[in-house]
This record gives sequence, structure tokens and C-alpha cells, in this order.
Amino acid sequence: MDFAFSEREELLRKAVREFSEREIPPRMEAMEETGEFPMELLQPMAKLGLTGIITPPEYGGVGLGMLARTIALEETGRVCAAIPMAMQVHHMGCSVVNDFGTEEQKKKYLPPLANGKTMGVVAVTDPSGGSDVVGIQTSADRKGDNWIIKGRKCFITNAHTSDFWVVIARTAPGAKGLSAFIVHKDHPGAKLGRKENKFGLRGANTGELVFDNCEVPHANLLGQEGGGLAVAMKTVSEVGRPGMAAVALGILVSCLEEAAKFASERSLYGKPISELQGIRFMLAEIYTELEISRLLCYRASWMKDRNMRCDTEMALAKYYTCDAATRCAKKAIEIHGSYGIMREYKVQRLLRDAMVTIPAGGTAEIAKVVMSRTALAAYQKR
Amino acid sequence: MERVIVCIKPVPDPKDWGRLAMDPETKTLIREGIPSIINPLDKHALEAALQIKEEKGAEVVVVSMAPPFCASLLKEALAMGADRGVLISDRIFAGSDTLATVRILSAGIRKLGPFDLVLCGNSTLDGCTAQVPSQLGEMLGIPNVMHVCRMEVRDDKRLVLFQRIEMGALVLEAETPILLSFTKEVNSPRLISFLGILEAEKKELSVWSHEELGLDASSVGLVGSPTKMAGMLLRKKERRGERVEGDPKEAARRIADRMVQMGIL
Repeated sequence: MDFAFSEREELLRKAVREFSEREIPPRMEAMEETGEFPMELLQPMAKLGLTGIITPPEYGGVGLGMLARTIALEETGRVCAAIPMAMQVHHMGCSVVNDFGTEEQKKKYLPPLANGKTMGVVAVTDPSGGSDVVGIQTSADRKGDNWIIKGRKCFITNAHTSDFWVVIARTAPGAKGLSAFIVHKDHPGAKLGRKENKFGLRGANTGELVFDNCEVPHANLLGQEGGGLAVAMKTVSEVGRPGMAAVALGILVSCLEEAAKFASERSLYGKPISELQGIRFMLAEIYTELEISRLLCYRASWMKDRNMRCDTEMALAKYYTCDAATRCAKKAIEIHGSYGIMREYKVQRLLRDAMVTIPAGGTAEIAKVVMSRTALAAYQKR
Repeated sequence: MERVIVCIKPVPDPKDWGRLAMDPETKTLIREGIPSIINPLDKHALEAALQIKEEKGAEVVVVSMAPPFCASLLKEALAMGADRGVLISDRIFAGSDTLATVRILSAGIRKLGPFDLVLCGNSTLDGCTAQVPSQLGEMLGIPNVMHVCRMEVRDDKRLVLFQRIEMGALVLEAETPILLSFTKEVNSPRLISFLGILEAEKKELSVWSHEELGLDASSVGLVGSPTKMAGMLLRKKERRGERVEGDPKEAARRIADRMVQMGIL
């Protein structure tokens, strides 16, 4: 096994780190206050290549793989996790068109996504539930050359910052009755609903979409009629879950950096608290969680880049890394003592951000459902 | 304008300065194991070159005298937009002072052939001598201007330079070929893009030793350096507090006076 990164990957990490350290901090106060994504950052991110990182070059993207994407999201997440949260959903919007779109749809929708003209969105979650995808009630009925969509989607990241959304709606009863549509914000009946006020990942807009007899041309059907479940599951499991894992990985890196820095500077009993064994044990525990999470995230991405089946590995990376980020953010706060609960210190934001990663992109329990299938299939006969 | 050469130097990353140590024998910094970055002012020089390339279509060649592990920094410069990289690397170069360094760099630049401009950063984070640009200009037999804070390219031959001085700037007219060294005011270096990284993989990166440059071993390295490091004193950073009491306005005035005395204001 070769665990080393390539020269290209190392340079990519450096490029994203420099970009993130320069461009994100001046915007963080406004993001925390308003919860809004800094749209003026979209073009610089496009210039960097982040918005088109996994989009093929013929559609304006860079055409790098999942490992490169994971590294890029990790490095932006190290500075502010809301940014890669918005980006990873954007990438879902790109990959769903790339994987299921006609050539005409790809040529129309992928370039503005890759070039940072708008943000990608995949709207799966109904008010009836996100984990129960088959239970989606948002409906789409054929009427001549159009489809009429009725219903609502909630907890949709990038909803309010996008010109078009990929929406999963029910066209027939049952699991094979879901279809995917590309809905423009100016299609008749398409409306923006409420903006959510999350306690973490502030700066990744999350909101509601309302479809009030929304008319969408048949040409905007994405993939096959009845193929919406496959669209949703493939995008969530192969792009969404590793994306969320990478966001949490960035938070983990920051947990260790902040905790180590504070422990090295804070003096008690005449010496830095980093010399106290209890604090050292906590730092070692954070380090352990970080390294495990790195291995899980990078391995799942490596498998995806080789077209290996990796839905279990993606679920495992997402479940473990998001949980680990929450545990380690709590430890980082404890290392800071009372400073850790003050808004001026970064560690309190790390905990708030980490907690939001847990239900986003699929709950831990859904990840365990996926993992348990593999666990049983692979091990029950031994 | 045909060719712009940019000299870049790897320096220890300031974030890791706490781990730097000095070799007790040679009195030089032990750089192994310490991450290196492109000297920040050299990035400003490279950005100036890239802007000329975009306006005038010149070839930008980055040259660096450095250990082999610094090839990655040249790759970084290629990813920023330079067309070609030359790493001048040889064990016998170790310990070179600024004069020996300039002998090496000038040999490398001459080997490249005709050029219009040689661009450098004013000084480096580690040595801080600010001697290399002027020495290099002299050794190449071309004029040199330091502390350039602004540059306007009039045409392929003529430049207008603003040279930072204490009370403002001198405005100079110059003609190529010339060597310029820059302050950080001159521009804001661009960030690397992912496309730049991919393009850099196709660009030429040569490695030249002392034999390829025809350099005499006695003119380089510690042996060829007329100046020798005698030692390094590390300044200890300590927190000092001074208490100022009394009327707030009066106290503020005394604090301001104290800051002027200390050279802070």
C-alpha cells in the first residue's frame, strides 16, 4: 500500500490552504452573523478550480477525482466548515447532471456551475422526511410537454443561492415512481421558501423550496422517468457522504490545531498546560480520531477514483468522521477551559459546526443501515 | 519582450522557525526536515513577471539555487504561470555566501541565453542581507534598481520604475536589460489554481549541477565564500508590562510618547 500523496495532491493542498487562509477569514464574522454564503467568493473559487473540481474539462471543469476533492474540502473546512459544506452540495449538483444528464443538459448546466455563475443543488428532502427517500410526496404530473410539480423541499443547502435545482419528485407510486427534474428558479410556480437559521455551518445557506403547480418542460427531466431513486441514492452516497466527511475532517484538523496551540501557550502551575499528562492524553485522543478519520476518508475517495464500489466505505467515513469531529470539538473546548465557551474563541464554532454535519447528508443511523448490510454479508458465514 | 528571468529562493517556513537549529561546525541553518516556502518577496517578483507575460507575451523562467527537495517550490512557480524552471543544485554549493551564490546564479542565467529582465525580491526572510540583487546585476554586467514599489512597462525596451525611498519614491526611466528587485507594495501575488497545477506537470524543469555551469569548485560553497557566519543570537521574546496610571487623557499621551520612544509609532 502506498499511503503517500502525489506531488499533484500536495500542491493542490497547498493551493487550497493558501486560498482559504487569505480569502475566508475576512468574511467569517459576516457569515456567522447573517448565515449567508459569501457570494463574492464564488468567482475566486471558480478561478481556483474548486467549483469545477470534479466536472470534466469539456464542460468547463478541472476533471480531478474524489481524493483531490476531499483534500480541497478538508483544507477549506480547516478554516471555516460552512464553505466546504456549500461546496460539497454544489458538487452534488454538478455530478448529478454529469452522471445522468443528456449531452444537451450537460452542455447547458455544467459550464455555469463549473465557472461559478451559480451554485449546484440537489433537493431530495421532503417535509415528510429525508431518510425515507421512497416516502417522498412532492409530486410531478405530466401535462402535455410539461410536468407540473407540487410540494415542498426542506433543509436544502444552496437553495437560495442557485439559479436552478435538481428536484426529486414522485411521478408514480412506489420505489420506482421517483423522477429527477432540473427546475429553474424562474419556472412558473417555483418559489423560494423560508431560510433556516442553523446554529452551525453558518454561511452555508439552508432553506426551503416551494413548488406551487410549478411548470417544468419535459426536456428538463434528468435521467429516466422513474429513475429518480437511483439519481438520489448515487449522488448522496458517492458524492454527498464523502463531501460531508471531508467537511468534518477539516473541523477535526482545526480542533487539534486550536487545542495544541492553546495548550502550548496557556500556563498553569508555572508551565504550559501541554506538559500536563491529562491534557496530553486529550490531545492524543484528538490526534487518534483525526488519523482514523483521515484514513477512512482518503481510502473511500481512493476507491471512488478507481471506480470501485464504495458506498459502504463512504457511509463509514461519513458516520465516523462527523461523530469524531463532535467528540474532538468538545475535547478542544475542555482544553480551553472557560475560554472555550466564549464566542471570541474558534473552538465553540467547531462544536456547533461539527454537530450540524451529523444529520446533514444522511443521518448516522442511515449510514449504519448501509454498513450493517456489508457487515452481515461479509462476516456472518465466517 | 522575449524573456524574463525570476530568481526565487526557498526559505524556512516562518511557522516552523521555532524548530530551526544551527550547525555548530559550519554555522549554517539546518534546513532538512523544516518545510520551505518560496521567499515571499520573490513571489512578488514572479507576479510582476507574470503580468509582463500577460501583457507582452514574454517567456518567464524561474531560477533557483537550492537543494533537490526544493524542486517542488519551482513546480509551485510553474503552477503560478512561469513557463520553465531551472533548479541549480549541487552539494558543493552548500554554505555559499551571497557572492558565491551570485557566481552560481549568474552562470545559470548566462547559460539560459539572452534575456530582457531579471527580477528578484529585495531580500529573503532567512539571510536578510539584501545583497544578492545588486551583486547579481553587477556580475551580469547590467544595471540594477532595488526597492521597486511600482513598475510600468512602456514598450519592449523602456520601463518607468518607482523606487521606494524614506520620504516617498524616486521615479526612474530605465531600459532593458536590467535587474530589478521589488518591495511587497508592487503587487499582490496570484494564488495557484488547479488548472495551473495540471499545466505545470507539462512544463520543463531542468536541474543543473556545477559541472553543467562550468563552475570552479573553489569559487562556490563554503570554500568560495569570503564571508563566514560567526554565529547566531536568537532574540528572546518576553512579555513586559508597564503600568500607566492617572488621568486617562494624560495616560494616553504618556503611552503614545513611550511608543514613539520604542520605535513602535
